[in-house]
Amino acid sequence: MNWLDTILQGVLLGGLYALFAAGLSLVFGIMRLVNLAHGDLIVLAAFLILVLATTLGINPFVAAVIAMPLMFAIGWALQYFLLNRTLGKDILPPLLVTFGLSIVIQNGLLESFSADSRRVFAGRLESASVNLGPVTAGIMPLMTFFSAVAVIVCLNQLIYRTSVGRAFRATSDDPVTAGLMGIRPQRIFAMATGLAMVVVTIAALYLGTRANFDPTSGPSRLIYAFEAVIIGGLGSLWGTLAGGIILGVAQTVGAAMNPEWQILAGHLAFLAVLLFKPRGLFPRAVD
Amino acid sequence: MALIETRGLTAAYGDFQALFGVDIAVGTGETIAIIGANGAGKTTLMRSISGVIANEPASILYRNEPIGGLPAPDILARGIAMVPEGRKLFPSLSVEENLLIGRYGRTVDGPWTLDSIFGLFPILKERRSNPSTALSGGQQQMVAIGRALMSNPDVLLCDEISLGLAPVVVRDIYAAFPRIRETGASIVIVEQDIAQALKVADRVYCMMEGRVTLSGRADDLSRDDIHKAYFGTDHHELA
Amino acid sequence: MTMAIPSFTVETRTRASTFSAIAVIALLLLAFAAPFIVSRGVIQDLFFILTMLVLAQNWNLLAGYAGLISVGQQAFVGFGAYTMFGAVILFGVDPVVAILIAGAFAVALAIPTAFFTFRLYGPYFAIGTWVVAEVARLLLAQWKALGGGTGTSLPRDATRDMMGVGFMRDLFGMKTSEAGDALTYWLALILVIATIGFIYGLLRSKQGLGLAAVRDNEQAARAVGVDAMRMKTFVYLATAFMTGLAGALIYVQKARISPDAAFSVTDWTAYVIFIVVIGGIGTIEGPILGVIIFFLLQNLLADYGSWYLLMLGLLGIAVMLFAPRGLWGLFSDRTSIQLFPVRRVLKGGPLNLTHKGGPHG
Repeated sequence: MNWLDTILQGVLLGGLYALFAAGLSLVFGIMRLVNLAHGDLIVLAAFLILVLATTLGINPFVAAVIAMPLMFAIGWALQYFLLNRTLGKDILPPLLVTFGLSIVIQNGLLESFSADSRRVFAGRLESASVNLGPVTAGIMPLMTFFSAVAVIVCLNQLIYRTSVGRAFRATSDDPVTAGLMGIRPQRIFAMATGLAMVVVTIAALYLGTRANFDPTSGPSRLIYAFEAVIIGGLGSLWGTLAGGIILGVAQTVGAAMNPEWQILAGHLAFLAVLLFKPRGLFPRAVD
Repeated sequence: MALIETRGLTAAYGDFQALFGVDIAVGTGETIAIIGANGAGKTTLMRSISGVIANEPASILYRNEPIGGLPAPDILARGIAMVPEGRKLFPSLSVEENLLIGRYGRTVDGPWTLDSIFGLFPILKERRSNPSTALSGGQQQMVAIGRALMSNPDVLLCDEISLGLAPVVVRDIYAAFPRIRETGASIVIVEQDIAQALKVADRVYCMMEGRVTLSGRADDLSRDDIHKAYFGTDHHELA
Repeated sequence: MTMAIPSFTVETRTRASTFSAIAVIALLLLAFAAPFIVSRGVIQDLFFILTMLVLAQNWNLLAGYAGLISVGQQAFVGFGAYTMFGAVILFGVDPVVAILIAGAFAVALAIPTAFFTFRLYGPYFAIGTWVVAEVARLLLAQWKALGGGTGTSLPRDATRDMMGVGFMRDLFGMKTSEAGDALTYWLALILVIATIGFIYGLLRSKQGLGLAAVRDNEQAARAVGVDAMRMKTFVYLATAFMTGLAGALIYVQKARISPDAAFSVTDWTAYVIFIVVIGGIGTIEGPILGVIIFFLLQNLLADYGSWYLLMLGLLGIAVMLFAPRGLWGLFSDRTSIQLFPVRRVLKGGPLNLTHKGGPHG
């Protein structure tokens, strides 16, 4: 067993988990909403890419680019017409509505696509790899990881350098006063969820090309995303990437010891962080 | 013709009624002070005009348009900006960002830009990159006023800007008001500091228990009248 | 000192509840007699309804009263069921006794679970409980003596020789399989009565008031001396115990277990959440109404497979948005009927404010 290789694969897998988590983190940061259907929305986006790629006969990367505005619209509408109604002091309505949504999406996909495992084919890229001295890394895992880094850089630029980003932060601080600035919190929330769905589409592209997925794959994606967010600490996207990497490495190391231990090892790493650093490894000082 | 007018404005929080038929009028370029004790309904009046609280549409008129039912962003878009009670700066934003967000919902050219705000309150330029939480109370109040001015409003509503500040700091902040008046904007200030209010305002409304109990030109009102209107005749001995 | 105590009392009873108490006793007598009246198929249906009701009442206590929104209650169903299987298969314990052991083990799992998940902020607590359930599932799938990932069955003679079965066979002239179903049904009935009795008693007690205070405003409750953490922990452990008992009982009846089935989030949490939400969260009546609607829907729509779940999800969302207190809430608002009143009503009087009592008077 090559430990260096195992750890590299884990780090690259962490990029995928950070992609799963970035949207969850963004939405939570702005409106304190935890969307229990997040994983199912990733799977929905993967099916959307699959359908676009097969019916139009196009490359999955092009299909993902087409899927992005569609998913943005779905996210925007979902937030504006449904989830905004649930926001308030009580955390019960948003949790239960998104839980219901999770069941609806899963079973809607089951009806439309059956329970069969699917995969998005990315052609020759799938088997391509580069030699990095003692280890080799697949092109697709590398692209996943660098996409995660790029997504986080872009989101941070957006949040900290643009007028919309200022509105995001202001609304998160105090929606009533934000209204006095001409900000409409309902639209800001809708835009944030739309944006999260664009990130979800990128995550779905790599989920679909990397491994099989089926309509019931959503909940475990939600759990990985959640673990990455908590390990990293709330409020920091770079922390979320670190959380994803720790989760990914724990899983590949676990799998190297016994293939049945992959998922378990990830959960145990999460519980260990929760035990020793309940606020995560890189919590934001001001929250 | 009045720029802003309230007609029989009532407002309630659930079962608790805070305003009982308030009539005030603000002319173009005029500075109005609203004084009154705690719980008189001054802040409710400000929150009603600025759209934080929804009211009967026709109970608030702006340029003769009923605006009582509009939400805050629509009010701002028409040119009414508010400095809220307690300053309410955004802790996640730097000083400069707090100022910039003031023009998120209304970008019109006018006298106020980031540079002219820094000209009005030079200390803010030095501290432009600091988080707003790192400022003193007086500096935070300057940011809150600057933030409202960034939208180049026709009406500036200021709610309790001297609350919790030392007198010397209050004087510094009020020193900026002549410059704001010069731009032609109407100003409504809510004050508990009667002397300060009389000094800056053209006209004064005094409120008690959700009603206007006295109004008039600042230089026409006697101390005695104000005390009566402020505390009610029963409590005259307190004055 | 003369005792001029005015004759007012604090009551939670209403006229409807007095009437319902009589109706409930009649209903219970009928319910206990059911195995002698109706067919085995009906008894199995009733068993399903009763066990789902236990799970629903427990989740309702957690989410509706203690504000602990868990989507990981399948951890205690599965762990209880596996404990029972382990006790029966590995140690030859009687299944009925093993159910009690399962309850205790569920509490033993709940202690570290609470330790971990209570560190998570509100909505994240929900997913945290789910992770724990996944960990329990993955660990038990590693346990080869209980069939690993594919699962195992209870030995036939274990259920055949179960405590009470022989007795019932002799006394009532039942077949073994009939006696087994009747026994699990009676146990489920007792569990329902005990669960509702416990929750009703808790909500009417001083602790119940504290719980309501914690749910409405945790900080304010703490300020008046309610120990929010202790209350929540107590409720969490109590519901784990009852959920563990229910899980073990369900699997005595099923007699076949696998990790995926025993830790199914759909079967043991999603259904339960829909039962509570549709019936009415935060009331004892709600889950009862909810489980009946759920059973009817399932029988009506079971042939439609995933359409059924999809519809249940949409119904749950619609109820949450438009009738957040559920169908019982709608009914209760219109009729003011409460079968399990927990609100305190001051009766009698007049309020004698000049009355001087001792410090305890």
